[in-house]
Amino acid sequence: MSAYIIGIDLGTTNSAIGFVDTRLTNPTVQAFAVEQTVAPGLREPRPTLPSVLYLAGEGEFAADAFALSWPSPPRRAVGEFARVHGPKVPIRLVSSAKSWLCHAGVDRTAPLLPWQAPDEVGKVSPVEASAAYLGQLRGAWDTAHPDAPMAQQDIFLTVPASFDAVARDLTVRAAAQAGLPQVTLLEEPQAAFYSWLAAQGEGWRKQLEVGDVVLVCDVGGGTTDFSLIAVTDDGGHLALERIAVGDHILLGGDNMDLALAYAARARLQATGVQLDNWQLASLTLACRAAKEDLVEHPDKASATVTIPGRGSKLIGGSLQGEVLRDDLGILLDGFFPLVGPEARPAKERRGGLRELGLPFAADAAVTKHLAAFLGAQGRRPTCVLFNGGVMKGRVLRQRVLETLDSWSDSPDDDLKALGGTDLDLAVAHGAAYYGLVRRGRGVRIRGGTARSYYIGIESAQLAVPGMTPPMKALCVAPFGMEEGTETALPGRELGLIVGEPVEFRFLSSTTRRDDKPGVLLDDAAELTELAPVSTSLAAEEGAAGSEVPVTLRARVTEVGTLELWCDERGGGRHWKLEYNVRDAG
Amino acid sequence: MLTVGLGQTTPNPMRLLLAFRCFFLVLFSGRLPKEAVVLLPAPEPLALPAPLPSPVAVAPVIAKNDGVPGAVQLLALLQREGRLLDFLQEDIDSYADAQVGAAVRDVHRGCKKALAEHVPVEPVLLDGEDAKVRIDAGFDPARIRLVGQVVGDPPYSGTLRHHGWRTGKVSMPAVTAAADPSVVAPAEVEL
Repeated sequence: MSAYIIGIDLGTTNSAIGFVDTRLTNPTVQAFAVEQTVAPGLREPRPTLPSVLYLAGEGEFAADAFALSWPSPPRRAVGEFARVHGPKVPIRLVSSAKSWLCHAGVDRTAPLLPWQAPDEVGKVSPVEASAAYLGQLRGAWDTAHPDAPMAQQDIFLTVPASFDAVARDLTVRAAAQAGLPQVTLLEEPQAAFYSWLAAQGEGWRKQLEVGDVVLVCDVGGGTTDFSLIAVTDDGGHLALERIAVGDHILLGGDNMDLALAYAARARLQATGVQLDNWQLASLTLACRAAKEDLVEHPDKASATVTIPGRGSKLIGGSLQGEVLRDDLGILLDGFFPLVGPEARPAKERRGGLRELGLPFAADAAVTKHLAAFLGAQGRRPTCVLFNGGVMKGRVLRQRVLETLDSWSDSPDDDLKALGGTDLDLAVAHGAAYYGLVRRGRGVRIRGGTARSYYIGIESAQLAVPGMTPPMKALCVAPFGMEEGTETALPGRELGLIVGEPVEFRFLSSTTRRDDKPGVLLDDAAELTELAPVSTSLAAEEGAAGSEVPVTLRARVTEVGTLELWCDERGGGRHWKLEYNVRDAG
Repeated sequence: MLTVGLGQTTPNPMRLLLAFRCFFLVLFSGRLPKEAVVLLPAPEPLALPAPLPSPVAVAPVIAKNDGVPGAVQLLALLQREGRLLDFLQEDIDSYADAQVGAAVRDVHRGCKKALAEHVPVEPVLLDGEDAKVRIDAGFDPARIRLVGQVVGDPPYSGTLRHHGWRTGKVSMPAVTAAADPSVVAPAEVEL
């Protein structure tokens, strides 16, 4: 077994590493500072690595401006400098790569990023950008631990609970590209919960009881993610089971800072001042600081925001605006409105022509998304664990609790908030702690896949203009399949044609938890379509055009990815169905 | 409350300004601005010790190469994080105190964060200011300076007027590129 257990939080806006030295008598999770370029020609370790990549042009910076302690690709900066400088050169800045990684509408292995940048920028794919962040983490670790390189340690890499099988597969691919062929995936809300467990020690058994349902409410910079973890009875012992996860919602703290900036800008515009993009970007940053200031000092009525002069004149070129306490109401009532349990987020706008950018949430109300999640799952939480930078705001945490309390049938049962973790580092630390749990030190959360999976079977029907032919869906992997297990569909036989590619539409559901493998749904409309799966039988595997009868088998790997296999009937040959992200959308 | 030697007081934002100027004049030219000198307590033999012989004079080449890039790097850091150089170089006479004060907040926030991360400082004496302190024989005069009725032998008993500052673990970013070390901030050209 490896000397270290490493937890990696590959975040949408920030990444971090937590680790455990298992050789210590009392191993605990420690933080690891990641070396990164902080200015051209300057590098230093920082507690977190901003998940941004700057693609510099030839001659834009000195040749060794982004040199690190290990060999790294030239003209690429990952981390702090990219974060600070990138917004001034948006066509060279790759950000939110992770949100693209789970965006089924585009080919996630094609060089798309920076989105809408000219081709001469030398664009990268979402997978490659994720690999660049992981490569930076690996390089920093290997430099600090020359005797224990990262690739030889147990690595637990976190992904949003809402990542489907395809996005998980791509994450593992990115890790392999970064020189980390062996990683195990862990859902972020579970990691946050493990971090809480680690902080409680055995005390958690006193805080929770059988029947409790913990809502993990994770609102980060760019994404919102919900999970439910139930406390169950396992032969007299408390056991934990992750029973549901929500959809991937592109909504987070960045939206909130922007909302404040728009309010401050409106007041400036009322006095005749117009702001350009650069000024709006610095106003947004200033608003974030003002927001934290106002939240910390409840007696202040307003906070001044200064947009510094862009030239060398700091005061002369500066503009002053204000963030009022009332503006925080925009955050509270815009993002966390007090709504009933029947509230649902507004649906995505579907115009005739739609720009192919990231599918940002159309409704900014986090509490409505929460109502939709709990409504679809039909469960009510008894405890809440908050995670993500946004939930550091006490007022916002209170609002979530207040909203949930108002949904309760028995108003006397107050929801319990579980606290005591560092919301910035909880996921990385929890992931490292999970490694200890896997080695038998602590309680493991059972869960399995958080979705059921289907392949689409088009039904034969006369074509009608304007109507897509209805599709039936065959369940191939049930909800809750545990890692390291597989399930076969012996009854359903399919034919693969030698020499011809075969492709199936691939779908999933986060709510259909009772479908058994082999069940055929007549209407696939409520399912979410993922990238198709395909395989092709090379010509040497039989006479061209001949049909090989196969049955399907689904397997959840120890890594945490889902694989679909075709097994030859009565034969020993097997073909893996690959996620075909190229033909997506 | 600041002890003022000659009965002068300085308005608040101006004091902050003066403090910045003191820091950099002392850092780079080893002297205090004259506005700060009047704030010092009444002249004492110990208050302004004779300047140490300049290390530059002893070993000019080595000392120059050791100290100068470090000073430029620190200045670059404070400019990057808090735009301190822009602020110091700006003619602030034409602005109202409120304008200066608003800008200073951002300079203060950025520079304070940069200092905390790279040159963390802590008081030399942890007792609160205006607390009674006892100074034993054999004290380090570099750490503790006596002012007022300095007579007799230790131990002394006195009042802590300024707790002093000392740096903790200094960590500056590692330099990778052989760039022009005299550049504090590059010129910015928008295309």
